[in-house]
Amino acid sequence: MSDILTMVWKESKDVLFQGGWKSLLRPLIMIGIMGIYLPLQLGSQWLGLTPLAMVLLLWIPFFVIISFIGDVIAGERERHTLETLLASRMPDRAILLGKVIAIVLYAWGMGVISLLLGLVLVDLFRTQGNWMFYPLDLFVDALVLILLASVLAASAGVLVSLKVATVRQAQQILSVGTIVFVFGSVFVLRAVPASVYSSLSYSQFLLIVMAVIAVLDAILLGLSLMSFQRSRLILS
Amino acid sequence: MAGPIIRTEHLSRFFSTVKAVDDLSLEVPAGIVFGFLGPNGAGKTTTIHLLLGLLEPTQGQASVLGFDTRTQAHEIRTRIGALLEFAGLYERMTAEDNLDFYGRIYHVPAAERRARIKELLTHLDLWDRRKDPVGKWSRGMKQKLAVARALLHHPPLIFLDEPTAGFDPVAAATLRNDLTSLVAREGVTVFLNTHNLTEAEKLCAQVGVIRQGKLLTVGSPDELRVRTGGPQAEIVGDGFTDQTLALLRERPEVANVALHNSHLTIELRGESKIGPLVSLIVRSGGEVEEVRRGKASLEDVFLTLMEEENA
Repeated sequence: MSDILTMVWKESKDVLFQGGWKSLLRPLIMIGIMGIYLPLQLGSQWLGLTPLAMVLLLWIPFFVIISFIGDVIAGERERHTLETLLASRMPDRAILLGKVIAIVLYAWGMGVISLLLGLVLVDLFRTQGNWMFYPLDLFVDALVLILLASVLAASAGVLVSLKVATVRQAQQILSVGTIVFVFGSVFVLRAVPASVYSSLSYSQFLLIVMAVIAVLDAILLGLSLMSFQRSRLILS
Repeated sequence: MAGPIIRTEHLSRFFSTVKAVDDLSLEVPAGIVFGFLGPNGAGKTTTIHLLLGLLEPTQGQASVLGFDTRTQAHEIRTRIGALLEFAGLYERMTAEDNLDFYGRIYHVPAAERRARIKELLTHLDLWDRRKDPVGKWSRGMKQKLAVARALLHHPPLIFLDEPTAGFDPVAAATLRNDLTSLVAREGVTVFLNTHNLTEAEKLCAQVGVIRQGKLLTVGSPDELRVRTGGPQAEIVGDGFTDQTLALLRERPEVANVALHNSHLTIELRGESKIGPLVSLIVRSGGEVEEVRRGKASLEDVFLTLMEEENA
């Protein structure tokens, strides 16, 4: 566990918060959009965590992770730091899990901040002083969904980053992949007969979505762990 | 530890049809700087990768610090330090954070880590720049920092892969000096990959010469000189004719004679006297300006070995 924490510490210094105040620009822009602009636009829809608000929240991990995951995996190879790291005692799994956890926590943290900031702002400006909180079950669902989506994006990002030579290539493939994934998901959801939706409550539907993403997480994370091996990486 | 710190037996690594390392049998004693010499592409880096357990050998076996590279690679990597082909520093992080990261990797306690970082950076004249992002540093400074990183956790053995490659002579000499003083102070064994013969001559107690994956010879620089050529006399002057060279070659104490511009190099058999040879040159019409007795440089040894291999 201490090895994983060491990697999380390193990623926070090297990638997530490097560059002083400039490193805050990217997260501030993201929080500005997801935690200020959209909640104020959606108002009560945001506060009710409607499907639209939920879909918008799920974009956060993909946006955040696409911009970082290539840097932490393909970037290490591109900058020739991976070979030295592999020559150290740090186990393969700790390297990979440390990187994934750092990025996932960062993306999830942005989601949580956006949710809480959005709540405060909508309460301040849209509810005429009637302070309200999100429906508790949906709030928990949202937290879990953002976490699961973060793991999904990070695991897919690892697999892509291991196959490409540069950070730029990784980001390009992941951007296209995200668009394909989102439109593919919409296509699949629309193909489901309306009777299925009518037989499900919103919470039940979210539960199914969570289960599907959790299964995809397990598969992609498992594949990432199998692919991230010293003997393979040193030859790539 | 008793016995060699590194031992390889018929170690080979092939990449499809390319024999990167071919039947390498080698023993490196503890406490010395061992130079692994060879031209680019000779198999030096692959050998380090094999010794660190980063690559599986195709054939043969190796042990480092008594641990098998196939089955106990983690034990090896826990105990060694390495500066590989690239410095491998995180350029957006500060020098202090780079060292701190590797200190954490090797589970050096926080207080000890801080003290050790200060000790190494001070010794290398980098302490005042410890808060700088490494990306702003010169190449020589980065390489010094990478050496400090390799030594941070007091490893008994470090691997250095071409540490001065691409450096200007001044930077290379500075790094060599720092390396020499650190190695002497820390008492570590060093496995040094290099194609820089001056570096090997200055630093190494033993050298192994590798070419196209095959080990050509191993020994101290002096032993190699004896094996590949004895003492020499270098005579600078004018009027050295073919007849002069022929007369010299007839002498029993002369092993070989070579003329490059006005420099006559005579390889001697054993510690023969030079006086009679100089007299012979003068009698045959040569003008002698300077006579130097010397021994073959490691570069001469290396070139001889390469020529023999080509032949």
